[in-house]
Amino acid sequence: MANDTPLLELRDISKSFGSVQALVDVDFEVRPGEVMALVGDNGAGKSTLIKCIAGTHMADGGRILFEGHDVSIHGPKDAARLGIEVVYQDLALCDNLDVVQNMFLGREVNKLQVLNEAAMEEKTSSTLSTLAVTTIRSVRQTVATLSGGQRQSVAVARAVMWNSKVVILDEPTAALGVAQTEQVLALVRRLGEQGLGVVIISHNLHDVFETADRITVLRLGRNVGVYERRTTSQQAVVEAITAGRPIKVSGIPAEAPV
Amino acid sequence: MTTADVVGPGAAPPPVEEELATGLAGVWQRAWLNLRTGNLGPLPIIVGEVVVVILFGFTATNFFTAVNFVNLITQTAGTAMLAFGVVFVLLLGEIDLSIGYVAGIGALIVAELQLPGSGHQVPGILAMVIAVAACAGIGLLQGSIIAFVGVPSFVVTLGGFLIWQGLILNVLEQRGTIIIQDRWINYTDSYLFSHAAGYLIAAIFTSLYPLSILYKTLVARGTTIAQQNWAAVGAKAAGIAVAAFGTVAICNHGRVISQLQGLPLAGVIVVLFFVLLTFLAKWTTFGRHVYAVGGNAEAARRAGISVPRIRVLVFMISGATAGIGGIIFAAQVNSVALTFPPGNLLLNAIASAVIGGVSLFGGRGEVRGALLGALLIGTLQNGLNTLSISNGWIYIVTGGVLLFAVTLDTFVVRLQKRSGR
Repeated sequence: MANDTPLLELRDISKSFGSVQALVDVDFEVRPGEVMALVGDNGAGKSTLIKCIAGTHMADGGRILFEGHDVSIHGPKDAARLGIEVVYQDLALCDNLDVVQNMFLGREVNKLQVLNEAAMEEKTSSTLSTLAVTTIRSVRQTVATLSGGQRQSVAVARAVMWNSKVVILDEPTAALGVAQTEQVLALVRRLGEQGLGVVIISHNLHDVFETADRITVLRLGRNVGVYERRTTSQQAVVEAITAGRPIKVSGIPAEAPV
Repeated sequence: MTTADVVGPGAAPPPVEEELATGLAGVWQRAWLNLRTGNLGPLPIIVGEVVVVILFGFTATNFFTAVNFVNLITQTAGTAMLAFGVVFVLLLGEIDLSIGYVAGIGALIVAELQLPGSGHQVPGILAMVIAVAACAGIGLLQGSIIAFVGVPSFVVTLGGFLIWQGLILNVLEQRGTIIIQDRWINYTDSYLFSHAAGYLIAAIFTSLYPLSILYKTLVARGTTIAQQNWAAVGAKAAGIAVAAFGTVAICNHGRVISQLQGLPLAGVIVVLFFVLLTFLAKWTTFGRHVYAVGGNAEAARRAGISVPRIRVLVFMISGATAGIGGIIFAAQVNSVALTFPPGNLLLNAIASAVIGGVSLFGGRGEVRGALLGALLIGTLQNGLNTLSISNGWIYIVTGGVLLFAVTLDTFVVRLQKRSGR
């Protein structure tokens, strides 16, 4: 399922805001077909790290490798060009538009500015069915009428529709009920099964252990460990989050996840 | 019509929509479903218009005449033009208070440029093009301050309201009334088509809707997209045909001192822009982005849409439509005087769009709403005029209708929310 060359690899990433060191020599990687969780307490540097990948922030130091090659990401467009898509917590959907319109927002299929609705509707339906999102009855209903889980599904589907290779999910289940959380976690697992590199940021260790193959723990802007989900326990991860000692993790994860 | 209200995470999933039958049965089923869930579309305002027409038909002796019908069209045309621009501005969740006096600037420019012996006289058609371009330029200026500097549109266009009013006062206090003699400019209001030409125009406009459906069907060929409900399409096409040919037939019936009347050009201009702007709003990427920015500007920005560009373009549209409306108003009286703009032009235009179901909070509404709203307000004011009722009462009734329409709309939105639409 997964192979050993990381899809996305960050080495020795540092970032400071004034005198505050948000990230210190942080390493991070995600392989194709793998769900990598990024956990840590508030202020651990998770969001800053994600923003460095997404191009919202520029790292002060360190290297970013994409499929083994050095890349520089200067803005969100660079990240999108590489195939990195971020689904933010607040989803960024337009409630007054329907599912199709949201999926193609800003990238509408058009000829001389005239929209091709049929092509967009068909692609939306096929993308949703590829991801086994079956609860949305009509792709022509407005997003305002969808449940929280359905909205999250639309946001994720939009991220993967553009031949993306790495999908980053920021707290995808933060505001969802039990059933809808299950719905979204299943979707996250399917993304991994389809060969994408998936990064999931979550405070909820239950969600993390439900979906992730590996878990990267940050504390106070430094790496404190990378864990195989199958060989670790929630307790070990909690200890790392709250009291882990900084270590270098490059090359440490020996076994590839199954 | 859909609600733009946020359904919070964890809200109940929408009720299962019944599968709709095809054919005529499907039409009734959908109509009933829409009625039950409060998805009324333009129905209330059309019903309102019919009620008003019947009411005045019984009470006012001069209302139910073909001549008055032609008058109604030309009187409404200018307001409808301004209201079209208002729709786009409101879709963004912004406001443009300057349009009344921007219309005045447009009228002033054509009047000045057509003035014989002024040394800068140009052909009437060129004068109109320059005037509309200048008004779009005003929109560019105001829109840029709103989009790039970040000053609220209310303030910028309130400033514009005073500035353009001041400019008009300065010129006209010195010059008095400027008479418009140019034939082409005056035609925008008073030209009447021959009877045959009127029917031809009706036929052309009637064909547009079936053609658009044909185009959609061709594009969707070979895909799995649900087919059109042909009975519903047929019903709507028939409705449009009745409205178009009926309008022309009534206009052609009019007679002023034994001279036959016909379809006024002003009405054709309005319907032409209605078609163009509906196309722009519903069929193009630009229109889609306008709705997106109005619905969630941050989402639009993250999707790569240039929000400032959309804002500036929308204010340019608002300026241009105001300019066109201003020219039509000036042509109505063949002059520009200190009394311009007539009546409560700005507020009538905004009220037209709002009565037509355009939300003040952005993202919800359609161009046709402006046309229907302007028609309702125009009919009311025309009817009250033929009853020789005072201006005070006309304002009071217009205000009452506005209040009623928005209250009804608020109820409808609540009903929609309850039924999960």
